[in-house]
Amino acid sequence: MPLLKVTIDNIEVEVEAGTTIMNAARKIGGSVVPPAMCYYSKLEGSGGKCRTCLVKVAKGSSKDTRPMPKLVASCRTLVQDGMVVENRTSPEVMENRRAITEFLLLNHPLDCPVCDQAGECHLQDLSYEHGLEETRTEEDRRTFEPVDIGELIKLHMNRCILCYRCVMVADQITDKRVHGVLGRGDHSEISTQIAKAVDNDFSGNMIDVCPVGALTDKTFRFKSRVWFTKPFDAHRGCTKCGGKTVLWMKGDEVLRVTGRKDKYGELEEFICNSCRFEHKETADWVIEGARNIERHSVISQNHYEKLDLPENAVEGK
Amino acid sequence: MAKQILLKNIEVPGLASFGVYRQLGGYSAVEKALANYTPDQVTNEVTRSGLRGRGGAGFPAGMKWGFIDKKTENPRYFVCNFDESEPGTFKDRHIGQLNPHQLIEGMILGSYALGAKTSYIYIRGELFYVLRIIEKAIDEAYKNGFLGNNILGSGFSLDLYCQPGAGAYICGEETALLESLEGKRGNPRIKPPFPAVVGLYGCPTVVNNVETIAALPWIINNGGEAYAEIGIGNSKGTKLISACGHINKPGVYEIELGLPVEEFIYSDQYCGGIRNGNKLKAVVAGGSSVPILPANLILKTAAGETRFMSYESLSEGGFQTGTMLGSGGFIVMDETACIVKNLLTFAKFYHHESCGQCSPCREGTGWMEKILHRIESGHGTMKDIDLLVDISKHIEGNTICPLGDAAAWPVASAIRHFREEFEEHVKLQKCPF
Repeated sequence: MPLLKVTIDNIEVEVEAGTTIMNAARKIGGSVVPPAMCYYSKLEGSGGKCRTCLVKVAKGSSKDTRPMPKLVASCRTLVQDGMVVENRTSPEVMENRRAITEFLLLNHPLDCPVCDQAGECHLQDLSYEHGLEETRTEEDRRTFEPVDIGELIKLHMNRCILCYRCVMVADQITDKRVHGVLGRGDHSEISTQIAKAVDNDFSGNMIDVCPVGALTDKTFRFKSRVWFTKPFDAHRGCTKCGGKTVLWMKGDEVLRVTGRKDKYGELEEFICNSCRFEHKETADWVIEGARNIERHSVISQNHYEKLDLPENAVEGK
Repeated sequence: MAKQILLKNIEVPGLASFGVYRQLGGYSAVEKALANYTPDQVTNEVTRSGLRGRGGAGFPAGMKWGFIDKKTENPRYFVCNFDESEPGTFKDRHIGQLNPHQLIEGMILGSYALGAKTSYIYIRGELFYVLRIIEKAIDEAYKNGFLGNNILGSGFSLDLYCQPGAGAYICGEETALLESLEGKRGNPRIKPPFPAVVGLYGCPTVVNNVETIAALPWIINNGGEAYAEIGIGNSKGTKLISACGHINKPGVYEIELGLPVEEFIYSDQYCGGIRNGNKLKAVVAGGSSVPILPANLILKTAAGETRFMSYESLSEGGFQTGTMLGSGGFIVMDETACIVKNLLTFAKFYHHESCGQCSPCREGTGWMEKILHRIESGHGTMKDIDLLVDISKHIEGNTICPLGDAAAWPVASAIRHFREEFEEHVKLQKCPF
């Protein structure tokens, strides 16, 4: 199969047929990669919902050189040979990304100071990079009371951006899904029907795929800010999952166990609840070494580096 | 009197029963097609007729049928979109309630042309009484050998089901409709793939509007060319218009496409003029989602030409000075109507009906409603008006399905044509009406 040539922000890359623009951009890496709030490469059918990854296709393909009439979701649009894509270099794309960030924050409580996700939150990253510095809304936000959806997971619906990732995890990783999206529009919510508890060996992965602080680990809540903990790669012999995890330690204490996330915040492997919630002693684990977190969020405190923007990049906001 | 294709016998008592419908020549198109036509010939007649989708988008029906994937070994499905819920549109209900056999006859013809052995009529949940009428009609059609195995000895078999939704506007979007029909949450799918390739249960599917399907029997009986002789330009045939608002004679009218808008509003045959002899202020010509036009622009185009009821003429001038024929929900407002209040009603509807899947529509529709509520109740500022325009601009074209556009267009057009009225609300700190 011949490779397809696609140009993203003036950088050329060759990919196999069937690759999305998003994954072609990830092959290039760096700042030409559009942000993704709902797309998750390990979950089938994810993406297309949050609209933060919209890009402009300036040239459809070498056969059909016309531009696409609307901005397209890069996570769900396949590349064509000779396609020319503008992400960082298009003022229209950057303007829209600002707007989408504003939409996502419209009903978000902005309670970062008391949110466990702060420091590793995709919405924080997104608004840091693309958001306005002031709010243009004076309306009341939609509010829900936080609820326990099961023994181990806390749901703060106020913070949810309805990316559907946790629904897909339950559908695709666990035996049975007992939660889903109820209602519609901005009043829809993630919920378990009739107070059913999420109780499954792999339910903890819902916490890891949540891009915001809507789903948090009840065994870690309010123990520490993430940037005061140190991440270490570790593994153990586990019969249920691969057992490859990250331990978030404070001194000798294991405060939290999560899966290993790549630079796009996606899990390399899903892990079981036993590894995540039940093994919190250093003796349970073989520690491999410190884990480097590449994302430019608060967790990499004091390591802010200026984004390496492509040529002709447009300033955001 | 305009040619009557869909409503010809609508006032005959008992038309909903098989006997009366059959007596008036019903099901002759099925007899003709099954005896004389191959499926492709039926498709060709429809293509020749120039019939366009009557659900709102106006996409040529024959072309849509042509896209169906016939190479696959999977079954194919034909689905009728009866989720009519656009504010101002009530034409499909008229057919379903009074002439269900015409719809069933059209379903048989379409299924035959597309090679579908199972077909569905997806009806919105609120129309449960219409569902009962259609189910009774389906039973009668089975009993008389027009549905079921080996119809009229032709070897063609068809099972037809009528499935109610739970009452959601979004399920009128064809991929959301298919999701709902499969028993899932009615979220629109991301396209491509289009339903013609991956539709109901992953199989090739065509979804058509009730009115489109109801026109099929006439087209087969009289030929596609005869249908194409009616109308002007690329707007062929007749169209049902559901007229409502401040007019003397609200109701469902069948017009030949190409009728001057002025005649439609003022002729006694149709709307019968504005109530109490009031002045015409504005018209929403094709259901709540199309841009609103002020009186001068709905009667004449910006270039001063007569505006006709047709796909091309109504969209003359683009969105700057034109609108769309849409689904034919014709809402007329006289001088006593408040544009802001009307827009708030629409915004409330779209906020309530957004599925919440993609962020611009989920968040933007609610935001617009809140701002409009503020302006209407006298707490708005001049900045709010610009903010509304800005929000609508960022919803439009950025969403998965057209509901986002449908929510944004009325806001953008109302401010484009009636900005002074919004400003008056702000200045007076109350609604002047």
